[in-house]
Amino acid sequence: MHVSKDPTGLYGLMAEFDSAQSIVDASIKAVAAGYTKLEAYTPIPIEELNDIIHKKRTVLPRLVLFMAFCGMMTGFTLQYWASVIEYPLNIGGRPLATWPAFVIPSYELTILFAALTAAIGMIAMNGLPQPYHPVFNVERFSLASSDKFFLVIEAADTHFATDQTGSFLQGLGAKGVYDVAY
Amino acid sequence: MAQPVHAQSSATTLDHPVIGPGQNYETITEAVAQIPLSKGYRFDWVIGFLIGLGLLSVLQIAIGMLLVKGIYIWGNNVPVGWAFDIINFVWWIGIGHAGTLISAILLLFKQQWRMSISRFAEAMTIFAVACAALFPLLHTGRPWLAAYWLFPYPNTMGLWPQFRSPLIWDVFAVSTYATVSVVFWIVGLIPDLATMRDRATSNVKRVVFGTLALGWRGSARHWHRYEVASLILAGLSTPLVLSVHSVVSFDFAVSVIPGWHATIFPPYFVAGAIYSGFGMVLTLAIPIRAAYKLDHLITMKHIDNMAKVMLATGLIVAYGYGMEAFFGWYSANPYERFMLWNRMTGPFGWSYWLLIFINAVLIHVLWFKSVRLNLKYMFALSLIVNLAMWLERFVIIVTSLHRDFLPSSWDMYAPTKWDFMMFSGTIGLFLTLFFLFMRFVPMIAMFEVRTLLPEAKVHVPRGHDAHGSGH
Repeated sequence: MHVSKDPTGLYGLMAEFDSAQSIVDASIKAVAAGYTKLEAYTPIPIEELNDIIHKKRTVLPRLVLFMAFCGMMTGFTLQYWASVIEYPLNIGGRPLATWPAFVIPSYELTILFAALTAAIGMIAMNGLPQPYHPVFNVERFSLASSDKFFLVIEAADTHFATDQTGSFLQGLGAKGVYDVAY
Repeated sequence: MAQPVHAQSSATTLDHPVIGPGQNYETITEAVAQIPLSKGYRFDWVIGFLIGLGLLSVLQIAIGMLLVKGIYIWGNNVPVGWAFDIINFVWWIGIGHAGTLISAILLLFKQQWRMSISRFAEAMTIFAVACAALFPLLHTGRPWLAAYWLFPYPNTMGLWPQFRSPLIWDVFAVSTYATVSVVFWIVGLIPDLATMRDRATSNVKRVVFGTLALGWRGSARHWHRYEVASLILAGLSTPLVLSVHSVVSFDFAVSVIPGWHATIFPPYFVAGAIYSGFGMVLTLAIPIRAAYKLDHLITMKHIDNMAKVMLATGLIVAYGYGMEAFFGWYSANPYERFMLWNRMTGPFGWSYWLLIFINAVLIHVLWFKSVRLNLKYMFALSLIVNLAMWLERFVIIVTSLHRDFLPSSWDMYAPTKWDFMMFSGTIGLFLTLFFLFMRFVPMIAMFEVRTLLPEAKVHVPRGHDAHGSGH
């Protein structure tokens, strides 16, 4: 299985698992063993893995809320400025600042800004687009988007030692352990 | 390891499960991914695509003639100044609403049956909105100048669009809806595009799917942000989709035309939109699942549930017809009463009664399970419902306008061949886009359907998961 003679050229070690439950169990044990630089790759979203491995939740919702507010203000000030300041048009003596009529475009821009922030923010915070990543060097990793589950422990981890980490991953019930080259 | 429990199994496996028996991650992935990755083209696909292309060229001719000669070639005239263009606009926009309902509202309600139909229902939404947007744009006569009239940008006289007009609200609502629908759809595609990249055998496909997948790896961090973003997008799309058809209904309800000036319009329009949209989803889903042998992913449970949504929204629409008639009578306004009487017994009375027959009488066959589970009946009914919802907009728009306040300006409306060519042309645009989508894009959200499997459920011991166990 795992034979590595050159630990310097290594991104980390990758263990392959068969099921969602086995990678969750393996992640719990790897975190308990003190590893901190590790990542799980799965073909389905497993929300629990983020809580186990990274423990931190994303700030994306707060960013979206802030941008939603910006969208609302943009919509409202645009209409107020155009209708009251830039080109006031007196129609039958009706008020210029007709805020109820301005609600709908403001509402739509709130949603537009928030939705674009959610989508672009998710992609950007995930570091995408990213054409190259070392995990793609492992041939079996192409199954990570179909039916296999992978756990990678990075060589940069302070607890990382090629042989011990390799046998540790074997001990977790991995179906295979592979070197991840840079 | 605890035995995985299929959550909500009691509700979904009673007689028809949301996923066929004997499935695993690989069979689901293969069933969907092999369609875009296959070589060559199916004969029935080529025929369908050519029909779409043929009708699309009809659209090109109709638009070309319109731009050369002007909108007088349409049947619109005083007093019926809005006709096919707005009927078709509302019809297409309404059809789109089912896609957003399936992908957003049903996600918030954790309805598992939405997963295998959400991708192509969303594609239907985007293509339907594209068809819809053509009509108001072309009704301006000079669409290349429309930006000055529609978007918040001053013209050479420094004049801005009228922000107090529902027509401008419509621009904001529909353009936001189109943008958010496309964004939601693309976000939903990213993990599946990664699957396509990893399974592609030809270099061209690997490069194309690899570029579009943006380097998606499916790491725990990726998935976490992805799920959060999807939930937010669903939460945003839900009020958005309700607002879009409400705003479309304001185009009518804010005016003073009898038959349009009604407070019931926003909810009644939204219900009608979802009703017709589910009709269109069924029109598409029934042939697709047969042609591509996807009946283990789009099961009878899906057909049954969609039929039930159609029944519920159809009954809301029928209630709307009842209330329209009641308000017309109860208002004691002579113009309202005349409009109502004219709608029922006037020269366009046939369209009103055909509409009532389909949407208030025929729809009751959906109470019977034997009808809901019969694909032939459901396919026929889905087409009839689409026809009826087109008629509804015809009734609302044409019968309200053709008898003006002054009898001297009364007139009849008749569409011209250009009206029909525009309409059938947009069906061609829709078909062309949809056939391309079926052939080149994974039409079922593979990663979501995989989560329906019992083995996708995980159990986390207490103390390791801040948010309790179970997925």
